[in-house]
Amino acid sequence: MSVNPIDLATEQLAPQHEIALPAGRPRGAFRAGAAVFVQNRLAVAGLAVVVLLVLFCFGGPLVYHTNQVDVNLANATLPPGAGHPLGTDETGYDELGRLMVGGRASLTIGFAAALIATLVGTLWGAVSGFFGGLVDAVMMRVVDALLAIPILFLLLYLVTIVRPSVTVMIVVLGLTAWLIPARLVRGESLTLRMREYVQAVRMMGGSSWRSVLRHILPNVAGTVIVNATFQVADAILLIAYLGYLGLGISPPATDWGGMLSKGTNFIFPNYWWLIYPAGILIVLVVVAVNFVGDGLRDAVEVRLRRR
Amino acid sequence: MAGYLLRRVAQALAVVLFVTVIVFILLHQLPGGPARAVLGNRATPLEITQFNQDNGLDRPVPVQYLVYLRHWLTGDFGFSYKLNQPVGALLAQRLPKTLVLNALALVLTIAVAVPVGIYQAVRRNRLFDYVATTLAFICYAAPTFYLGLILVLVFAQKLNVLPPEAPQSDGVVPIFADFRGMILPIVTLALLGIAGFSRYMRSAVLDNLTQDYVRTARSKGCSSSRVLSRHVLRNALIPIATLIGLSLPALFAGALVTESIFNFPGMGLLFWQAAQTSDYPVELGVVLVTAVATVLGNLLADLSYALLDPRVRYA
Repeated sequence: MSVNPIDLATEQLAPQHEIALPAGRPRGAFRAGAAVFVQNRLAVAGLAVVVLLVLFCFGGPLVYHTNQVDVNLANATLPPGAGHPLGTDETGYDELGRLMVGGRASLTIGFAAALIATLVGTLWGAVSGFFGGLVDAVMMRVVDALLAIPILFLLLYLVTIVRPSVTVMIVVLGLTAWLIPARLVRGESLTLRMREYVQAVRMMGGSSWRSVLRHILPNVAGTVIVNATFQVADAILLIAYLGYLGLGISPPATDWGGMLSKGTNFIFPNYWWLIYPAGILIVLVVVAVNFVGDGLRDAVEVRLRRR
Repeated sequence: MAGYLLRRVAQALAVVLFVTVIVFILLHQLPGGPARAVLGNRATPLEITQFNQDNGLDRPVPVQYLVYLRHWLTGDFGFSYKLNQPVGALLAQRLPKTLVLNALALVLTIAVAVPVGIYQAVRRNRLFDYVATTLAFICYAAPTFYLGLILVLVFAQKLNVLPPEAPQSDGVVPIFADFRGMILPIVTLALLGIAGFSRYMRSAVLDNLTQDYVRTARSKGCSSSRVLSRHVLRNALIPIATLIGLSLPALFAGALVTESIFNFPGMGLLFWQAAQTSDYPVELGVVLVTAVATVLGNLLADLSYALLDPRVRYA
């Protein structure tokens, strides 16, 4: 539950192959980036998987109606069969419907927590890097100190004082995950401030705000967006761990992590339908989001493109 | 160099102090408090007042903190209400075991991930690279408790070759006497580490293979293996040094999920049990050890840059 080693690793990833842009008139940054993203087959596949999973979780219950509120012990742990394509769990909930409900929680928490962490972190880092000096020193020591507190302690603490629900989980995960984007943005804006083109703006009499808004923020945006994707994957994994430790969302609501950790109780009687579907979906969404992040990095990293 | 070191150590001390202040204040905000946790829900208000008076918990929080700090400086980490032992003794018992588990996992991680990453980079976009990348992503994306339980299922239940539980002894020496029980916990931890480290290694070697000095060495007539072992490896190890620095806290704080799967009585499990029983002195002790390890890890990582890369100088 520390820093995602894979996002750190891939941050320095060299271009594996130079990406050719179709010749023609120069295009806007967004369209040029999109063209690069589309060429990365893994990233497109990852995006497709994410879209499909969102459709499954949010659209699925509209066509596949199940009772996810009332416990029905007469139907507990039925193997897959007629009426229950993926069987039922230990309290008689239909497993396929449960996957949709749980996925809704997992995906909502993952995306919303990443959004909060990114917004808070970017603001913190930008202010810190922009003002520099004493402000920077104090703000960054706060980040250092919070990073030195075991994240589990913070999560345990917050979950003890409030009853876990989807909203609470979003806030809790968002408030513990903003430290990494804050550091990234601060580091980037520190180096960007010294770049020739930013100093040229200052020489020409442009205001500091113009430098920040027009030159520093667009350059930081790439790092921020890429980091945000990895934050989504991390948040989904973190709620899975919290579910395993019994600190997840309270029933009858659930998430994939909670389902999987309950399912692991049934390894020995071999109720595979309670174990593999949730596990596979977690692995699938985390891998897919990571691929999308990889593709986005290539897309926003203008310097790696062939001109 | 000495000035830089002094400044960094001073900063590190400040961060550790700050952490203890935050954690101390947070713990004192929890409803109930230690008295409720120790005496139970049926304790009368009188008993709670008495308990608070006896333990100095009725004093203002800043005063309590200063008392705590003075005890720390004399090597007294407090007394566990629940386990009825000095926290220092508990830490002294758990820390070596966690260190053994995590250090062995780290050694295994490096021993596997470095060669795999190098081979992936040299033969990139070939079959081995794709297989290793896919496996790394899956190992990274699978929650540890899932991975660990699958290992238990296969090696302890189906094949019945390894015990499903870690050694339960108090000391470190008996762990080595019963080493078979350590294999699954170590492998579980190492799988996650290998997933991250091999990605790092691959990208670091790729970065360096395109550098001018590699071309120079090649054109001098250096063999490929010599370029790799003498030139690229040393440069590519820099990010690995950071990673090892970052994983130092885990070395001391333990890996809670892995420890709980295999019921390994280390620091992670100690912290988890303390949190569940509101055993605040133990929680504070573990957080302090973790904070020191985190700050120390960052410092060591920064210093190792200078060792590995002569261009890095600290003043």
